[in-house]
Amino acid sequence: MFKSWLRMTTMATVVALAPLSVMAQDAPKQGGDIIVTYKDDISTLDPQIGYDWVNWSMIKSLFSRLMDYEPGTPNLVPSLAESFTVSDDGLTYTFKLRKGVKFTNGREVVASDVKYSIERAVNPKTQGPGAGFFGAIKGFDDVTGGKSETLSGIETPDEGTVVFNLSRPDATFLHVLAINFASVVPKEAVEAAGGDFGKKPVGSGTFVLKDWTIGQKLVFERNKDYFVKDMPHLDSFTVEVGQEPLVALLRLQKGEVDIAGDGIPPAKFLEIKNSADGPKMIVDGEQLHTGYITLNTKVKPFDNVKVRQAVNMAVNKDRITRILNGRATPANQPLPPLMPGYDKSFTGYSYDVAKAKALLAEAGFPDGFETTLYSTNTDPQPRIAQAIQQDLAAVGIKAEVRALAQANVISAGGTEGEAPMIWSGGMAWIADFPDPSNFYGPILGCSGAVAGGWNWSWYCNKNLDARAVAADSMSDPAKGAERTAAWGKIFTDIMADAPWVPVINERRVVAKSLRMGGADNIYIDPTRVINYDAIYVNQ
Amino acid sequence: MFLVLRRLAQAFLILLGVAAITFVLLYALPADPARMIAGRSATAQTVANIRHELGLDQPLLLQFWHYLTNLLSGNLGRSYAQKTDVWTLIVARLPATLTLMLAGILVEVILGLTLGTIAAIRRGGFVDRLVMMASFVGVSAPQFVVALLLLYVFAVTLGWFPMSGYGTLAHVVLPATTLGVLGAGWYARMVRSAMIDVLNQDYVRTARAKGLSSRRIIFRHALPNAILPIIAMIGIDIGQFMGGVVVVEAVYGWPGIGQLAWQAIQQVDIPIIMGVTLTSALAIVIGNLIADLIAPVIDPRIRTR
Repeated sequence: MFKSWLRMTTMATVVALAPLSVMAQDAPKQGGDIIVTYKDDISTLDPQIGYDWVNWSMIKSLFSRLMDYEPGTPNLVPSLAESFTVSDDGLTYTFKLRKGVKFTNGREVVASDVKYSIERAVNPKTQGPGAGFFGAIKGFDDVTGGKSETLSGIETPDEGTVVFNLSRPDATFLHVLAINFASVVPKEAVEAAGGDFGKKPVGSGTFVLKDWTIGQKLVFERNKDYFVKDMPHLDSFTVEVGQEPLVALLRLQKGEVDIAGDGIPPAKFLEIKNSADGPKMIVDGEQLHTGYITLNTKVKPFDNVKVRQAVNMAVNKDRITRILNGRATPANQPLPPLMPGYDKSFTGYSYDVAKAKALLAEAGFPDGFETTLYSTNTDPQPRIAQAIQQDLAAVGIKAEVRALAQANVISAGGTEGEAPMIWSGGMAWIADFPDPSNFYGPILGCSGAVAGGWNWSWYCNKNLDARAVAADSMSDPAKGAERTAAWGKIFTDIMADAPWVPVINERRVVAKSLRMGGADNIYIDPTRVINYDAIYVNQ
Repeated sequence: MFLVLRRLAQAFLILLGVAAITFVLLYALPADPARMIAGRSATAQTVANIRHELGLDQPLLLQFWHYLTNLLSGNLGRSYAQKTDVWTLIVARLPATLTLMLAGILVEVILGLTLGTIAAIRRGGFVDRLVMMASFVGVSAPQFVVALLLLYVFAVTLGWFPMSGYGTLAHVVLPATTLGVLGAGWYARMVRSAMIDVLNQDYVRTARAKGLSSRRIIFRHALPNAILPIIAMIGIDIGQFMGGVVVVEAVYGWPGIGQLAWQAIQQVDIPIIMGVTLTSALAIVIGNLIADLIAPVIDPRIRTR
């Protein structure tokens, strides 16, 4: 009745993937202390609250979760869990915990900690952004509605077993248990911190937060008792905050800094890239990101599909990648190439000014029209918005660029009938976990087309929504390929309606010193940006 | 004593006004803090829950009332994004802010006084023109250009000072010089015109006629009279530097209040923005109060008024 597929999964991953990353580089060396810099202060290290790309990777390393990913890949592996089984109907997940794993306060991790942690993520009092991910667990509505503090769907029959009962099949559930919000925390430490757990985190991850001088630096030391042998590789990493990217880069070149977390300022990119050590310093990696223009289907004339298709043909994506110094590739569909389900054979709308004009004329706008394009106001987004503005002008569309603070653009996008076009750069969308469904619901599905939502096209296709639900019900791992294909088709079919102009897939750039070792994909890990567990120093 | 009390009462009203205006402006923003916290994956229910937990679903007046009552008991509230006491965050950055403020003012006053005095004495000459040109550059040069220039020359190329950070005396030199050089321009111009004014006064002519040395004339008779506007300017600078010098702090990685404010603004972290605004308003009030108290010590004529 239950089928165990733990062995299958782990074995397959170990055999198929571990050798790849090992072969690419020499064996990792143990030891070493490094310095990492960021411009912004770290907001919080509370795993049930933190949700930005900087603290994301630190929280990953401070805490452990039932599931995690093989470093540098989007492949799920059990972590705090030793094994798990899924029922045939996909509604019951049973996890056996690894024995002898300890929090860094010395206490052993038990099943009730898992239950407590997920309830903490869902509880409105936590004010965490991740509650919605756990919507499939039974009793979810009672907790978010304030009727209960505990999730009836999580049972702990004994100290080493956790059972999740779902109210609907959710093929992404294992990914959900691998995101930061599902990190396991000790209740007594949360309570002892008195609301300051984000500054005094206690977990069972690869590193321990040793010291935090607000506004200056954070020191992370290796957790000597971490349950995987020889992990992590570093003895410590110190994060210095408030460091201007340009200055961080100068310090890196002088050898004072090992990783400049904010990457390389656009003005310096080509200089560094063409320098002798450039290729060894720059890590330029793909991430699960798509930058797009939303065309508001509830605002005239974008309610006309021909207009939306015409705009898709009018945007010169190659020029936008040049603005980004080539740190992006043109996109033709919502999914990024790294995401399972991406359709390599799909070509989408190609850049064709004449055809765009013809389509506009067919739609009844031979002379174009006037509209507004929203964008955030931090470089290089306004410059990209201007490039789009020029492209639109070439087909007769006069777009006024409105560059605002991020919060205001998000607000305009989530207000019905407000923003005709939004360039998503700087805001959306990077996947929370490497599953295609994460690119649908909030940004293209009906559920996101609500006040305060992130579906800024206000596109709602009931037929596609039904197909999405059907795909996410295929929680049987044996049907994984079928499910991925179903998702891929949903995204290419969306393009017939053209609610977006998929513009680019942006790559992330991290600058590292010459002594740092490890493959590029652990500096820009698809699930956590910098993988502090896996990077190492070449002595 | 009466002056102090009156000014303190005024200060209280000013702070109340600042609090009210900032509060209304921040909450009139089209951006919703609850949604910024909730992030992109949140459901409408999550956003509503967060809004409720923060008390953002209450009427504006009631929210302001809560804020004021908390404020009077010394509670600046909790940061929305960092989930920590605002007061803790501000206090953590006070030492750095105060250090940079004092060092910056020291540099600009010394530079400004010296150059302004020399220019006034050598009025119309080569030195005067040089100083005025330099001060013009100082007044109009953008902070980040000067900051990066000093950084490149003295930290990267010559390696005399650390590039970034906080903690030792060497760390404070470049940021304080950046602020000082730029501020000195204003001071030099003001001292020069005040000095020229004073040097044309009858009592200076009398002193000269009495045969006093020009050093004694300048330091004993002219400078104290010319220095009053400088004291007032320092009072203003205290407030400005306390509110944070965002650009200089950013370039030199200086952990001051400006960085905190800048980050909070981007995250619509209203309690921090309120806290920083009030702190810098308080600093301006205190700075002016100090200036007003020092002025009579230097110029006895003010005492009798």
